[in-house]
Amino acid sequence: MRFLIPLFLFIVMVAFLAVGLKLDPREVPSPFIGKPAPAFNLPQLSDFGKSISNMDLQGQVSLLNVWASWCVSCKQEHPFLMKLAKQNILPIYGLDYKDEREAGLGWLKHFGNPYTAIGFDADGKVGIEWGVYGVPETFVIDKKGVIRHKHTGPITEDSWQQTLLPLIIQLQKEGSPS
Amino acid sequence: MKYWLMLFCVTLSFSVQAIEIRQFDDPAKQQAYENLVQELRCLVCQNQSLADSDADLAKDLRTEVYNIIQSGKSEQDAVKFLVDRYGDFVLYNPPLKSTTSLLWLGPFGLLLVGLVCLGLLAKNRNAGRKMESALTEEESRRLQALKNKLKG
Repeated sequence: MRFLIPLFLFIVMVAFLAVGLKLDPREVPSPFIGKPAPAFNLPQLSDFGKSISNMDLQGQVSLLNVWASWCVSCKQEHPFLMKLAKQNILPIYGLDYKDEREAGLGWLKHFGNPYTAIGFDADGKVGIEWGVYGVPETFVIDKKGVIRHKHTGPITEDSWQQTLLPLIIQLQKEGSPS
Repeated sequence: MKYWLMLFCVTLSFSVQAIEIRQFDDPAKQQAYENLVQELRCLVCQNQSLADSDADLAKDLRTEVYNIIQSGKSEQDAVKFLVDRYGDFVLYNPPLKSTTSLLWLGPFGLLLVGLVCLGLLAKNRNAGRKMESALTEEESRRLQALKNKLKG
């Protein structure tokens, strides 16, 4: 029986290491879950005459996707957002984070524009208000304008099917804001 | 040679700290700012403090901390600003809460487990020693005989 003790300890250690390998240290829990979307008011990237604010995010379930033309992972995510926009499930708002206007517009022209509207956050102040630390990040916002989920890193088919889509369907069933 | 070495060391220490130069109207504020950026974590390079990190976001957050302190608000206000946006994760010294209880109390739990194991081991060892002495008369006679044989 005694020789089983090291084996047992080994199995416990392997279990801890296996769990540790699967944890993503970049997934920092957001303190905003369940709280109203932070207030902002920004010019729109495509037309500085128009603006977009947190009030625009109310009334229906929406996504706010934080991106930038300098962001490599955003390029990886972009085709998926394009596909999503065609499915017309919900509006996707964009936040162009610490970008240059020409570069942002060039990106949209080159890769396509999946966004309903894009706020242009040149100095990243709104990004800080929203606790952004690594683009791309995507927030799920419910009908009342409350943040319900944050996805860090590019959205993949897997994360969409397993986490985001079920949540969005559930939120869309919730009652309209009174 | 000695002087060159000294100069080298001096420049080395400069390159580590001086990321940007900030003007304070009060040395106490400067002290508060320097304490804060040392003990707040950069979210991009997660093993560096705001003071150490060269990341763009760290620079922006240092500016936010600077503005808060310079406007006369307290260190707690600056910490609250960051915790409200980025969570307890930015603190290298997290508060004791239900979510961090394992972090704070876990080591004591492990210590307790270790002590219990040590106690059990010590007990077993004592028990073993007693068993050794508890030979029957016949056995001790045989043992003695064997010992004699070996000597002889």
